[in-house]
Amino acid sequence: MRIGLFATCLGDTLFPDAVRATAVLLARLGHELVFPPDQTCCGQMHVNTGYQREPVPLVRGFAEQFGDPSIEAVVMPSGSCAGSVRHQHGIVAERYGDAALRAGVATVQAKTYELSEFLVDVLGVTDIGAYFPHRVTYHPTCHSLRLLRVGEKPLRLLRAVEDIDLVELPEADACCGFGGTFAVKNAETSSAMLADKMRHVTGTGAAVCTAGDSSCLMHIGGGLSRIEAGTRTLHLAQILASTRTSPYVLPSTPLEATR
Amino acid sequence: MSTPTYLGMPALPPRSPYGTGNLRGDRTFPRAAHDELRNGQLRRNLGKATHTIRAKRLAVTGELPDWEALRDAGSAIKTDTMNRLPELLEQLEAKVTEAGGTVHWARDGAEANDIVTRLVQQTGSDEVIKVKSMATQEIGLNEHLADQGIKAHETDLAELIVQLADDKPSHILVPAIHRNRDEIREIFRAGIPGVDPELDSVPAHLAAAARAYLREKFLTTPVAVSGANFGIAETGTLSVVESEGNGRMCLTLPDTLITVMGIEKVLPRYADLEVFLQLLPRSSTGERMNPYTSLWTGVTPGDGPQNFHLVLLDNGRTAALADRIGRQALNCIRCSACLNVCPVYERAGGHAYGSTYPGPIGAVVTPQLAGMDVSADDPNSSLPYASTLCGACYDACPVKIDIPSLLVELRHQHTEATGRTAEKLAMKAAAAVMGRPGVYRAAQKAAGLGRVVAGRDGKISHLPPPFNGWSDSRDTPAPPKRSFRAWLASAEGASALRAAAEEGARTRTEADGPDEEEQ
Repeated sequence: MRIGLFATCLGDTLFPDAVRATAVLLARLGHELVFPPDQTCCGQMHVNTGYQREPVPLVRGFAEQFGDPSIEAVVMPSGSCAGSVRHQHGIVAERYGDAALRAGVATVQAKTYELSEFLVDVLGVTDIGAYFPHRVTYHPTCHSLRLLRVGEKPLRLLRAVEDIDLVELPEADACCGFGGTFAVKNAETSSAMLADKMRHVTGTGAAVCTAGDSSCLMHIGGGLSRIEAGTRTLHLAQILASTRTSPYVLPSTPLEATR
Repeated sequence: MSTPTYLGMPALPPRSPYGTGNLRGDRTFPRAAHDELRNGQLRRNLGKATHTIRAKRLAVTGELPDWEALRDAGSAIKTDTMNRLPELLEQLEAKVTEAGGTVHWARDGAEANDIVTRLVQQTGSDEVIKVKSMATQEIGLNEHLADQGIKAHETDLAELIVQLADDKPSHILVPAIHRNRDEIREIFRAGIPGVDPELDSVPAHLAAAARAYLREKFLTTPVAVSGANFGIAETGTLSVVESEGNGRMCLTLPDTLITVMGIEKVLPRYADLEVFLQLLPRSSTGERMNPYTSLWTGVTPGDGPQNFHLVLLDNGRTAALADRIGRQALNCIRCSACLNVCPVYERAGGHAYGSTYPGPIGAVVTPQLAGMDVSADDPNSSLPYASTLCGACYDACPVKIDIPSLLVELRHQHTEATGRTAEKLAMKAAAAVMGRPGVYRAAQKAAGLGRVVAGRDGKISHLPPPFNGWSDSRDTPAPPKRSFRAWLASAEGASALRAAAEEGARTRTEADGPDEEEQ
């Protein structure tokens, strides 16, 4: 398959290892990767903060860069960015775009996938030959869970990982409190939610808390680092890309692991 | 030929007037939450209560094979209702009048308060008993009646607790959810005349004390004021659902019954109750059916109240209806399922919203009824931002109100209405950078400079305002040396992807065996 890889602005700039793992994973599965060089950001932060005019160029850019019909699927290691493309780009195009933009958006929306749903639904694989001999707990992230409805897909992928010790996260479906600019505008309420999430994460005794979204992991990982917890955060793609021949080596400090 | 009639200039319908009723707090959500979060007792009470109700709701909604179909039906009936609200309200008025009731129209809370006051004064009573009602809470009826020398007695147990403590409700269904039994005992000992000074905090004993106090009110007060869960246009029937029987007392014992109903509570047909009487109790209390469902149509000679008045309240509802996207919020049946699943409500509590309507639905209903003022610190303007958009509310809503999308819409309306703000400039700047790939790449390189402000451990522990709230409890990693795209363009990136492709091909070949190698 010819796959367009969307790195997401956060992944490209702050968490490149998660995107690298995604690229390596897809290449290993035998697919051709296309990385449109002009890609930047999906505009999710703008829309979620109340700005819909400003991201019009971003929505248009995304539709143009990935609109190429030879790109069969657009894949990104982020549930919330995939959610933004599928649920918000249409709203922006409807309100501030023209007919061409609306058509372009509809075309890319239909072939946009978050990594785990692409692997399970489109490629039909759950065991991708990964090896990760550590105790792991999975946080499902709200937009993956309730906007994209990825359901059990990430867990099916994780269960197939060789030697993984996968432990259930209590109250897994509760939000970690990030919510983009919510964590800035309502920092204290956000921190209260984060504290409960961290209590549940550390209670599992897991070495790694994983998820399909670097933004939620930045939040949880940032908190775990501050309290000097023993649990690190790591993107789902990095676990899936770890193999016996090139295993992931857990770093010594929590924040390094988020990268 | 008819003479042309001048209809005036079209204008947006009015919101609930500023400074009236209980649809605006006295401080923004983050400020209010700041104080509420420090109340450990509140956090424990709320956490315990919401988790209990959550589990009950999931059990009784999960057992119905047609629960999703019921939600769809509820949503469709409500949407249809809003699409033809004027005709349904006129039909309701005609049917109630036909059955011996009197219908009054109130443009806003102040008008409704005046109407109710006048009606009570006409009976000669200076006391009323009340069924728990969101609409009368919204318009501040009790306070208005008190100003006119009329004492309103709340008869719902939790409302009574709130009233005796001179407190405000913090939940749609469980107004005293923020109180525990020990606090309630203290409130009763101080507030109920003649109560046993040895009263303990056993729930049954607390309920008995309230029962004894209320029974006397039920038997001696000639006027009752209620809200309504539903008003049936087809028959003129009003309905209240409740758990304690206090509503049944109020709706049947007094001579005069005055019902204040928000205009969005109308339903087209009697048969629609089939859907809503399943959706409401299961979503709100987690019960299969609520203990008391009272239905009444006008006046029945010799049975129940002989004077029935229905006050139809707008108070910003027509303004909400005029909003193509926002009108969905009027579909709310006040079950409070969204409050019980909301992680923000669970931490901050209902008082932080400053409105009769707290939680996720409150964050969309309140600004729609009372508006968002353009002044920077209008409490209502902060409400749409009091959510992580986690979507738990949408999943729980029995009439499928897409609350996260409504919150995003209200945020957009708010940013459109405000002038230049620092945030807007920052958002424009961010979009300008993101919209120009060359500038974006340069900015990415500049972000690498963040390594300078990071400590030796690669963490950024302190950030300037407005990000200091973030950095108070979270470390931020310093940007890495190399972006993903730089890695991809490097020789290392190219060889890593080549190696991965080769490794994958080798593994597949081994797995498939030599026979299929040619495929």
